[in-house]
Amino acid sequence: MFLINCPFCGERDQSEFSSGGEAHIVRPKQPTELSDDEWAEYLFMRKNIKGIQFERWNHVHGCRKWFNVVRDTSNDKILSVYKMGEKPPVNYK
Amino acid sequence: MPNYRINKTEYIDETKRVSFKYDGKTYFGYEGDTLASALLANGIHLVGRSFKYHRPRGIVSCGAEEPNAICQIGSKKDLTEPNVRATELELYEGLEASSQNCWPNVKFDIGGINNFISPLIPAGFYYKTFMWPKSFWKKVYEPLIRLSAGLGKSPTEPDPDIYDHKHVHYDVLVIGGGVSGIIAAKMAAKNNLKTLLVDDKKILGGSTIYQNNENIKIDDKLSSEWLKNEIQEIKKLSNLTIKTRTSIAAYHGYNFLLAKENLTDHLPEEKKKNKIRQRLWKIRAKKVVISTGSIERPLVFNNNDRPGILLSNSINKYLDYYGVTCGENIILFTNNDSAYETSISLHKKGIKNLIIDLRKSASSELIKQAESLGIKIYFNHVVTNTFGYRKINSLEIMKLSEDGNTTVGDKIKLSCDCLGMSGGWTPMVHMHTQSGGKLDFRDDDQVFLPKENSEDQISVGSCNGDFDLENIIDKTVNKINKFLYINNQDYKDTKIICSKENDKRNIWLLPNKIPLGKTKCFIDFQNDSTAKDIKLALKEGFRSIEHVKRYTTTGMATDQGKLSNMHALGIIADTAGVKMGSLGTTTFRPPFTPLTFGTLVGRNVGKFFEVVRKTSMHEWHVENNAEFENVGQWKRPWYYPKNGENMHDAVQRESKAARDSAGILDASTLGKIDIQGTDASEFLNRVYTNAWSKLAIGKCRYGLMLNEDGMVYDDGVTTRISENHYLMTTTTGGASNVLSKLEDYLQTEWPELDVYLTSVTDHYSTASICGPNSKKILNKLFPNLDLSDENFPHMSFKEDKLKNINCRIMRISFTGELSYEINIESKYGHSLWKMCLEAGKEFNLTPYGTETMHLLRAEKGFIIVGQDTDGTMTPSDLQMDWIVSKKKYDFIGKRSLYRSDTIREDRKQLVGLLTDDPKEILEEGAQIVSDVKSKPIDMLGHVTSSYFSPNLNKSIALAVVRSGKTMKGQKLIIPMENKNINVTVSDTIFLDKENKRLNA
Repeated sequence: MFLINCPFCGERDQSEFSSGGEAHIVRPKQPTELSDDEWAEYLFMRKNIKGIQFERWNHVHGCRKWFNVVRDTSNDKILSVYKMGEKPPVNYK
Repeated sequence: MPNYRINKTEYIDETKRVSFKYDGKTYFGYEGDTLASALLANGIHLVGRSFKYHRPRGIVSCGAEEPNAICQIGSKKDLTEPNVRATELELYEGLEASSQNCWPNVKFDIGGINNFISPLIPAGFYYKTFMWPKSFWKKVYEPLIRLSAGLGKSPTEPDPDIYDHKHVHYDVLVIGGGVSGIIAAKMAAKNNLKTLLVDDKKILGGSTIYQNNENIKIDDKLSSEWLKNEIQEIKKLSNLTIKTRTSIAAYHGYNFLLAKENLTDHLPEEKKKNKIRQRLWKIRAKKVVISTGSIERPLVFNNNDRPGILLSNSINKYLDYYGVTCGENIILFTNNDSAYETSISLHKKGIKNLIIDLRKSASSELIKQAESLGIKIYFNHVVTNTFGYRKINSLEIMKLSEDGNTTVGDKIKLSCDCLGMSGGWTPMVHMHTQSGGKLDFRDDDQVFLPKENSEDQISVGSCNGDFDLENIIDKTVNKINKFLYINNQDYKDTKIICSKENDKRNIWLLPNKIPLGKTKCFIDFQNDSTAKDIKLALKEGFRSIEHVKRYTTTGMATDQGKLSNMHALGIIADTAGVKMGSLGTTTFRPPFTPLTFGTLVGRNVGKFFEVVRKTSMHEWHVENNAEFENVGQWKRPWYYPKNGENMHDAVQRESKAARDSAGILDASTLGKIDIQGTDASEFLNRVYTNAWSKLAIGKCRYGLMLNEDGMVYDDGVTTRISENHYLMTTTTGGASNVLSKLEDYLQTEWPELDVYLTSVTDHYSTASICGPNSKKILNKLFPNLDLSDENFPHMSFKEDKLKNINCRIMRISFTGELSYEINIESKYGHSLWKMCLEAGKEFNLTPYGTETMHLLRAEKGFIIVGQDTDGTMTPSDLQMDWIVSKKKYDFIGKRSLYRSDTIREDRKQLVGLLTDDPKEILEEGAQIVSDVKSKPIDMLGHVTSSYFSPNLNKSIALAVVRSGKTMKGQKLIIPMENKNINVTVSDTIFLDKENKRLNA
């Protein structure tokens, strides 16, 4: 059970949050100009990495804010949290 | 009655006699006993029959690892509990326990015949045998297997006990109160760290608390005496909380652990009453010290499962802790030094015993002590067979060959009434691996050990593979100082003397002259798997330990293989010729010992099981006999039966009244989202498929919301209250998900938009009045409001006051009738409802529930998201292309609407169905086909909504059918269990296609 450091509320139990999958997948600005394959790439394709992964989480039973998390999926350690719109920390790749 | 209580100890209070019943017979024990120790004191070893072969089985151990002595406690339908380990159950006055898995009784058990036909029931027997004939499965095999399967009986009525949950935070959690745990807890607490020490036993001290050997001393005291002092010391520490009778059930990530505290299981019935039975501790600890100790291993030889065969160290504990000897003529069979401690203890109490040692020779202080006491030792010997049906009475030993692979020389027969076995020790690495830790294998004594300790978790003591006391204490102190970044000097001068084990020899499957197929060398006592089964599994091609486990069921019983897993691994490694370390172990899953459901759910039972949401009109619905339906967490009136009506009759009456005169629905549960901000219109443009910019203030519009994959996600009417202010309604069940989704886009994709979302579902109550007379009723309620079609047309909104209270009134319709929705602050909801009914009395205003609402909208062909859609329906599939804007550049899901898959013409599409027999009502979910003779039958779709319409006097249905759009007028078939129903594809709108009734 993770202990997640919400950038707005501080450390809270995982049960207060919901996961929103991979982070930094930007919705295409002009979807109509994409081919089926390009759109499918945005819509369906996710990395599902073993190791350091950038994820979106929502403090759904708290401040309702979405934010980003850097998590090592091999040991579930959360390495960093940062707000939406902020650049991911450079020391994780 | 025999009395095996021969020793006085401080843990048994002989002034307090306790009577209990076992298998219907009354016995006595003392306060401090477990059920197992009390049974042994009465000379009872035989406590159960084995699972598969029904062989007599006796008590094997003295702790959580016990495979045999599991019993059924009590006989009340609500309180009886199966699979309780007699070795852990503290004795109390009035305890009633019985043995399991035997009929008619443990001494004479019909199932014992399985033992004689055992060559016919090898590993995988069930998989192999019950395959054919296929038709036998349901009627013959399954009932038969179910009859003989399972251990014990579950309670058949709800658990009346009270369970509790508690959340706690500590700097340090220490698991296990043996020597190393006590040292760790003391060091932590003395250095100002808030510490919790838990132990599953009644008193702290582990196995050292009854260790009374002169060769093992700390600061010139017997180790047990020294430890008692330490326990007194730590009890004074204010930073330390000690919880006994508390076992860790699960170790989750981020040092989140679950512990079960037993509060009343040791109390007599009358004292249990009204008390919390068990408490589940939810612990967050910054650092965790694992000091869970180790479990002694059995040895695998022929007939190693007879009653009277125990683990050697358990014999020691029964003697020195409970004062009970397990026999009068005991043989100890070992491959290590620890059995010598038992032997010496027995000898001191005058119990005759001798030792069979696998090792060729051995030298240590303990062995010298045993030799000097004149205890007979057979080195380099192995037990090859045991005898005695209900209890061991003799055994045979033989000499081992040089390489240990065979036996040599003559059999020696020895008589005995008890055999203690010790195959070494298995560190309890469960907690370490549950926390995600990896294991290393130490070849030296063939143990799996924690590979590395992380920053926030460490293993110390024998669970870390440190077995002698000097090693345990020195290493624990060093490791804890480093782990907690402290510099505790309490143990700097502690003087430890202990015997050092110098010689090791381990053989997983002991050699025998008898071929393996004819022996019974048990590995897993509870699930009756033998060495032969393991070898058979390998022969049949199983390689992975996880597969062998499941095929042979080794380690799958209630004890989860605490005694058996290592032997299974060892035998696999030896047979397959691989290194044991490279095999790895099976996964150690929580819980460590079984938990009752009550503990897990705590107080969340009965009406606290789930959150229930009620509208402010709820009391009225209850008073008026509404039947309720759960929609999300809401209780919604389903229908209002009158004068003993059944559901069908009530719904028919309600539906007719709504169309003939007037009906009223509590619509308060619909999700309501208040949307404000200068970009609110643009936001709606992006989230709905249709256009919103031109919606005039005071007007309402129906909207369809898609997922990015183009599938319909939610729908509802949104009203423009002012320039930058909208009120969105969502489906009842979808409200919170829609809000989350909208927040997601707003916060992550379009943060530049000036929009604020607020859930106001609970803030407003809604009464929806529909029917030709609804306008007259509204007029009575709001006499000053101009209800003319010119001033207040369909899809528009007005504000007015009802007795000075503001109301928002929308003229919108989900039934196809002229219809008004009145929204009022929730605290006035109940009054609003009653005023509406009062005003509607003369028009037979009829309250209707969700079922009638569903029927009325189906007559009009309106969809219900989640009933007629299932996450695979596009607007076009629903024949709702009209609501998808062609002009808008983008909205959520737009691009997906012309992916190659979504434009396929043979997608399932929404159609209407009319049964050839208008009285026949289809079943929702029923499959639709065009030809019942083809094999396999081509499934075209299924019925999503089906009703008998009282207004059309015929059955109507909505369905999704492959290429349905093009099939109007075609005949299809609904094959049911005993008949085929003929239907014709129709339009989805069954009533008032011209929408005349909206303005009636």
